[in-house]
Amino acid sequence: MKHVYGWLLLTPAAILLIGFTHYPAAATLLDSFFSTGTAVRPSRFVGLDNYAALAEDPVFWQVLGNNFWFALGTIPTAIAIAIVMAIWVNDRLPARALVRMAYFTPTVLPMIAVANLWLYFYTPQIGLLDKLGALLFDAPSHNWLGDPDLVLPATMVMVVWKEAGFFMIFYLAALQSLPPELEEAAKIEGASRWYYFRRVTFPLLMPTTLFVLVNATINSFKLVDHLFILTKGGPDNASSLLLYYIYQVAFSFFDTTYAATLTVVLLVLLAALAIVQFLLIERRVHYR
Amino acid sequence: MKRIVGLLAALLMVAAAPAQAQTELTFYYPIAVGGPLTKVIDGYARDFEKENPGIKVNPVYAGNYDDARIRALAALKAGQSAPLSVLYSIDIYELIEQDVIVAWDDVATSAEDKAWLKAFYPALMMNGTYKGKVYGIPFQRSTIVLYWNKDAFKAAGLDPEKPPANWNEMTQMAAKLVQKDAAGNVTRWGVMVPSTGYPYWMFQAFARQNGQDLMNRDGNRTNYAHPDVIGALDYWVSLGRKHKVMPEGTIEWGTLRQAFTEGKTAMMWHTTGNLTAVKTTAKFPFGVAMLPASKQRGSPTGGGNFYLFKKTTPAERKAALAFVKWLTAPERAADWSMATGYVATRADAYETLKLKAYAKEFPQAVVARDQFQYATPELSTFQTGRVRKALDDAIQAALTGQKTPAAALKAAQAEAERLLKPYR
Repeated sequence: MKHVYGWLLLTPAAILLIGFTHYPAAATLLDSFFSTGTAVRPSRFVGLDNYAALAEDPVFWQVLGNNFWFALGTIPTAIAIAIVMAIWVNDRLPARALVRMAYFTPTVLPMIAVANLWLYFYTPQIGLLDKLGALLFDAPSHNWLGDPDLVLPATMVMVVWKEAGFFMIFYLAALQSLPPELEEAAKIEGASRWYYFRRVTFPLLMPTTLFVLVNATINSFKLVDHLFILTKGGPDNASSLLLYYIYQVAFSFFDTTYAATLTVVLLVLLAALAIVQFLLIERRVHYR
Repeated sequence: MKRIVGLLAALLMVAAAPAQAQTELTFYYPIAVGGPLTKVIDGYARDFEKENPGIKVNPVYAGNYDDARIRALAALKAGQSAPLSVLYSIDIYELIEQDVIVAWDDVATSAEDKAWLKAFYPALMMNGTYKGKVYGIPFQRSTIVLYWNKDAFKAAGLDPEKPPANWNEMTQMAAKLVQKDAAGNVTRWGVMVPSTGYPYWMFQAFARQNGQDLMNRDGNRTNYAHPDVIGALDYWVSLGRKHKVMPEGTIEWGTLRQAFTEGKTAMMWHTTGNLTAVKTTAKFPFGVAMLPASKQRGSPTGGGNFYLFKKTTPAERKAALAFVKWLTAPERAADWSMATGYVATRADAYETLKLKAYAKEFPQAVVARDQFQYATPELSTFQTGRVRKALDDAIQAALTGQKTPAAALKAAQAEAERLLKPYR
């Protein structure tokens, strides 16, 4: 009887989870073994053909590489900036609430709005960046979004700007839960601020760092909204990311089964990353 | 309490009764140019309803062309009724392959209807016709024109009333129009051609001017690697790399209009769909001209057509036909053209009093029409998304210096060949 009661309690959550997560994932996997059907040529089983096509698709490898650099460029930077900001606004300083709010503002904005703002920051000549550069340094105009070497870093800066404030909130909460005696003890012992941060604060923040790391990693694969506004993945796929490519394949090329194949790759990648993060890093996380 | 509920129910039934007798016409439409166009479309819908009490029109703004296609197809799959949609003119092969649209010929059967189908500019019908049947009725149609800043021309010692007529003139004039500050940084470029969003479209103009079309009429062959097509891309790339009259790298479609109205480029190639927006924001006199020629003049048409979906009741088809006919009547076509800068889709629209008066005071408005004789249909094939993207990537790779024009276009042609072989 107790079992029945337990299962009943679980049912609503289970239905949602199965309906919107597990079933689509399984269906995606299944779809990836079929060819895309049209009215003229119905869908048929093709085994691993889609995966073979994927291995030979240069755009896939390019967007995967882009995603790697994108993750590497945004995650550590956003985390570092978030910690610095959190420590800064955790101190007593004038207008503390205002500063905190200012740091948090980018998080509240929708990504599409952010991208529209930054599109004008980055616009050559008439954009904010070029105008400032010309005013302060007499710098020549840069084609930020039109140069394959600059475009990915340019989008990374924007994403860091957007994300860091969000992570700051978590660090701020964690910092406020640290017992003040630790800092007093460190002061009595004569430890420098840097030493205290390195040996006490940072290790104690590890659980938060793990949480933020997982979120940041997922976001680096999930956040593609800006591409619709800024670059459409261009020039020549230089700023395209895996999820944006999936969108193009599914809705611009109408190749739904190849899109499913790409999605399976994304799922496997994210699952692997999650496992690595939880198994390896968790061992080094200090819990109080 | 019960009485109130009963009353409400009765009210609802009264309200619902006439709605059942009405035919509801939901249609999705995209907007890819500047200006408050949703208001204009909503206004048309209300006017039409007033004249046709049996039909209720719900226009749904659906983002850009890609978004609109996705929304319309998703609505179809979900079983919602969207009998009609304005979608990209070049989606025709895709929609036919998915078997979701019907030809207008099947609905427009009366003599009057048939005359209506023939009333549009032939250049605008090329993207809407497949195997002799009309699937797309031109609505928000555009073409590429050259905008030039007359003040900049004057300042550079050029005749402000004489735009470049060919590639050589454009390069030479652009060189004179480039302006630099004391530090040697460019403050005004000679010419800009956008290369994000729709690079293939701009490139079609270059290729056509150099004597080549990029695809055949059956939509199953491309011509990306012809020497003259490569020559066209060579010229585009040379404007930035060799002549230094255009910024290197890609140029953003969405912000180019501002760059022009802020005086950061003396000439730009852009869609006529932006004409009204440029007119309202430019603080200097500007001209609009046909694109310059190499071997000949040329520009692709572009924009959106009305498609009729297969999953429709006879009543919906009738209503859709009535609405589209009403919306494309000469008076409305003229009005729409003035509100947007899109071309009026039929010759008799230019004979209406208001468009005649408008053209007299603002001759820029009729340049697009005059260019129709050199028009070529917009790039559209089977597997159009991929075939187009192969070309887009090639153009961007060449403009950013990652590949030579020849290498980029040959790779794109090989990719297109692979994709289109099954359709021959």
